[in-house]
Amino acid sequence: MSTRLSKGGRLIDRSAAMEFSFNGKRMKGYRGDSLGAALLANDQMLVGRSFKYHRPRGIVAAGPEEPNALVNLGSGGRLEPNQRVTMTELFDGLEATSQNHWPSLEFDVGVANNYVSRFLPAGFYYKTFIHPRPFWKHVFEPIIRQSAGLGKAPKDRDADRYEQAYAFCDLLVVGGGIAGLQAALVAGKAGARVILLEQNAHWGGRAPVDGDVIDGKPAGEWVDQAVAALSAMDNVSLRARCTAAGVYDHGYVLADEKVADHTPGDGRPKHRLWRIRAGKILTATGAIERPISFAGNDIPGVMLAASVRDYVVNWAVSPGDRTVVVTNNDDGYRTAITLKEAGLAVPAIIDARANPSGDLVAKARALGLRIEAGRGVAKVKGGKRVTSVAICLQAGEGAVIDEIACDAVAMSGGWSPVVHLWSHCGGKLTWDTVNACFRPDPQRPPLNHDGGALVYAAGSANGAMKAAEALVDATAQAEAAVAALGFKSAGAKAPVAEAVAEGPMEAVWIMPQGAPVTLKSKMWLDYQNDVKVSDVQLAAREGYESVEHTKRYTTLGMATDQGKLSNINGLAVLANALNEDIPQVGTTTFRPPYTPVTLGALAGESRGEIFQPLRRTPMHEWHERNGAYFEPVGLWRRPYCFPRTGETHAQAVIREVNNTREKLGLLDASTLGKIIVKGPDAGKFLDMLYTGVMSTLPVGKCRYGLMCNEQGFLSDDGVVARIDEDTWLCHTTSGGADRIHGWMEDWLQCEWWDWKVYTANVTEQYAQVAVVGPNARKVLEKLGGMDVSKEALPFMGWADGTLGGFPCRVYRISFSGELSYEIAVPASHGAAFWEALHKAGAEFGAMPYGTEALHVMRAEKGFIMIGDETDGTVIPQDLNLDWAISKKKADFLGKRGQQRNFLASPDRWKLVGFETLDGSVIPDGSYIVAPGVNANGQGNTQGRVTSTYYSPTLKRGIAMGLLKRGPERMGEVVEFNTITGGNVKARVVDQVFFDKDGEKQNV
Amino acid sequence: MSEPVSALKGATAQGFATIREIGPVGMITLRAKPDVKALAKAIKAAVGTEVPALRRIVTGGDRACGWMSPDEYLLVMPYAAVAGALEAIAKAMGGEHHLAVDVSDARAVFRVEGAKAEQVLAKLSPVDFATLEPGELRRTRAAQVAAAFWKDGDGFTVVCFRSVGRYVFDLLATGAKPGSELA
Repeated sequence: MSTRLSKGGRLIDRSAAMEFSFNGKRMKGYRGDSLGAALLANDQMLVGRSFKYHRPRGIVAAGPEEPNALVNLGSGGRLEPNQRVTMTELFDGLEATSQNHWPSLEFDVGVANNYVSRFLPAGFYYKTFIHPRPFWKHVFEPIIRQSAGLGKAPKDRDADRYEQAYAFCDLLVVGGGIAGLQAALVAGKAGARVILLEQNAHWGGRAPVDGDVIDGKPAGEWVDQAVAALSAMDNVSLRARCTAAGVYDHGYVLADEKVADHTPGDGRPKHRLWRIRAGKILTATGAIERPISFAGNDIPGVMLAASVRDYVVNWAVSPGDRTVVVTNNDDGYRTAITLKEAGLAVPAIIDARANPSGDLVAKARALGLRIEAGRGVAKVKGGKRVTSVAICLQAGEGAVIDEIACDAVAMSGGWSPVVHLWSHCGGKLTWDTVNACFRPDPQRPPLNHDGGALVYAAGSANGAMKAAEALVDATAQAEAAVAALGFKSAGAKAPVAEAVAEGPMEAVWIMPQGAPVTLKSKMWLDYQNDVKVSDVQLAAREGYESVEHTKRYTTLGMATDQGKLSNINGLAVLANALNEDIPQVGTTTFRPPYTPVTLGALAGESRGEIFQPLRRTPMHEWHERNGAYFEPVGLWRRPYCFPRTGETHAQAVIREVNNTREKLGLLDASTLGKIIVKGPDAGKFLDMLYTGVMSTLPVGKCRYGLMCNEQGFLSDDGVVARIDEDTWLCHTTSGGADRIHGWMEDWLQCEWWDWKVYTANVTEQYAQVAVVGPNARKVLEKLGGMDVSKEALPFMGWADGTLGGFPCRVYRISFSGELSYEIAVPASHGAAFWEALHKAGAEFGAMPYGTEALHVMRAEKGFIMIGDETDGTVIPQDLNLDWAISKKKADFLGKRGQQRNFLASPDRWKLVGFETLDGSVIPDGSYIVAPGVNANGQGNTQGRVTSTYYSPTLKRGIAMGLLKRGPERMGEVVEFNTITGGNVKARVVDQVFFDKDGEKQNV
Repeated sequence: MSEPVSALKGATAQGFATIREIGPVGMITLRAKPDVKALAKAIKAAVGTEVPALRRIVTGGDRACGWMSPDEYLLVMPYAAVAGALEAIAKAMGGEHHLAVDVSDARAVFRVEGAKAEQVLAKLSPVDFATLEPGELRRTRAAQVAAAFWKDGDGFTVVCFRSVGRYVFDLLATGAKPGSELA
């Protein structure tokens, strides 16, 4: 059993005991524990089930590479699936539950898959479920989806908050081990702005565990001094618990800081996503130990050798009383020595090499440890826990020589540099034959904008595996990076680490090398996704030569750990099966993120009220107080209607329309775009932008205008007012203000840069109110201050003045067909002016109305709406707006486009009105059916509805729509389809349903 | 006539920095080419400052002039001074081609104050505060909307559009929550 040792544990504080639970079982740990360490201390080796075969899974590693020990962490609003126990700091009250099993971790029916595993080979799903075709969608996929998945997706709203922050530096050093610390010291002393990131809560990486001695001191002391020295530098900032997730072009790096994972509920942001812009990046990200492929290497209790060492040294946790070490290199001996010195038994060191030699081997021998050289593991025995290993000749086929009882197996297959960040932006790798690993190729780094290296790799991340060489390499790489940044290094001297003579490692991809299929089908490459040596070999036999294809076919490296342990072993097996060299087969692509980043961190502060900007008019609060039902218009929220108690929205709209037509309606029109255009060439400019003529508009008058894009399609519309000799004010649609302002500036800055025109978007400077209805003039006269009579302010005129003491500009324009004034006041007076209108208008029946009543009234009048009657494929001529297109002008934007034969065709769908024969309302989105079917067998169409409403004024359904040669077909009856089936018959009529002569608005 | 009110009526929030909505503040957008001779005179007449250099703001008392683009300046002054400033600009510019327009009510203005004020802004704007020079006006964004700010006294003056004033205030208040200091 795994247990806590009575002494030691450099990271734990035994005076601070903490309680936590795993699957409801209460357990104890200490401050400084990782959850993984605490679980092992409580003899919880079994922590989950694998994805496909539901095999028992134990803790394998001690770092971010952990593939097995994923748990659901927390509950309710703090439930997080797939959390690696090795990267989770223990806190008091932590709750964890295991994943991917039913009904329980100990007894899981899904394990039945394990016993039929020979029927579930690589590509099983592709082969089995492809026929019959329709079964995939309706039968196979739902079943597979139900059995798939590791953690549970949280259902509750996240109880925590997250944030993002921007940071800038000359050199970003990733990794706070001895190489990263040394690199930061070099760069810091040279005067560069340095950010140093470390994914763990503690600094120093592996060196203190490995017993390195630096400048005559234990590594831990050197680390403490380095951290102290860096903390004292103003130009260096250190961040622990912060993982660099991705490197992007131009030195952009995303890093995920786990601010409060270990202190949940303390009010701080749970994570902070750093968005760093770095001049150069130095990756001192270390290396990850590789498992060895031997039969039964996935049984709980089989762990990475260095991780076993981590648990003993860092957290005083023993994985078992008796640990067999299996290795192909000298580093594995460190684990044996550490275990022995901690008072634990090491029944044997099984070394695949025939003649191991070196300081560590000698020390192991001196400690009396049994070394089985030239041997391998034939098979690990055990179910939910290792019970023994059977050993064999590494050179043979697995004939068992001896069986050794044990509780744990520590394996070391060599080390792979963490090259992810180097590779994200295109850094290339080279194969290191000495260490049998890919390492960064210094000749082909990822490049920056200037063609220089963007990333420098240092230390074991660069293949400098031993402490002594790692420190030398880190010094050199940091000096190169700061020199490239233009800093002068003080000529830093690398600290000296005590050299340990180590013998060469030997690449071992399968143990024993001649293992038969029976053994290879129990050799796990990918623990989480259940990919075995036999699966990769099968893929190779089936013709998968590319490593990228093999990955997808077998799912090797596609689990949440993204193959941190399995990739190199897998592609070595593939290379072997293809009779190629490993570098020729190559690696799969390294993509961000290095380790998973929670969606909360990516969303940052954008949630709840500040999920996205919500634009509010000066009257917004009044609308809220008065029960407005809002609808989004761009980022604005506009009142759709103001329902009263007991009213449906539809009833409210009818009331608002009737009241406006009969008495007085008030509309908050502040969102309407308002752009000032001024200059000696402003008239010429507007004549180019609008289809009509604006230069001839007299001062004091308004004119309706249309804007098209170069293709001739209608883009925006609105009323233009001539303010003075060289100033116009252009109203745009509510959603179009920024776009049209940008459109204007684009033409002025890029095409007509010599025209003397300035524009300013003053949309938000004004609150605007439409005062509409037969009583509109009465309320304004009651407020008083200016003459709003028909004579003084005729239809399509405007005037400046005051009303009720408010400075205002009054436009006599109408979008409803009623007597209407649109009144602009400075936004800072908007709310007060709105309230003053309501107060003064009470006796005239004033009521607010919303956007839906506005839409209904404009449709009754046959006015088009950008976005309803237009969709980017409609030209003004389609809408019978020829009257607003100048025939005299030599040019305007869209003129040439509209002359193209397709747009000039008489067969185009054109705007008409529709009246249903039964008075019903045509459903939104309906098409007008035509006889026959098209090439795809779909029913033909000859038009579609664009606006359709119940008209309270006419007490029937009315609609506008586009119909092929529509205006020529007045009186004809056409049919609209409906979603529910059956067609609606409607008569083609004029689009103006109400007050065709415009008498009501012109009083 | 009513008194002009700012977008948030002077809302405040206290965290590790202080957030205050101020205003209404008088603001004029002045567009003219820098080679227009009367420009310096017009700016002097309106706010009493020199013409700001590229990306700079020149402050004098409660008035300032900021560089917004190669042909756009932001004039800041007391709200009540806008009408007079517009007249002064028109007079100084004479017949020169320019545009001067009152945008006081189109904006919301905030003060972010305290020793760690810049940490609040560093959460919202991709700005390197270590290289932000004295008198620099930074046009940038605050999370998802356009914003501009400059350092002034013991804090920053932040300007955004009025309609998103509540959004920006909430952003600033959230970013200033105690315990979330960046350093």
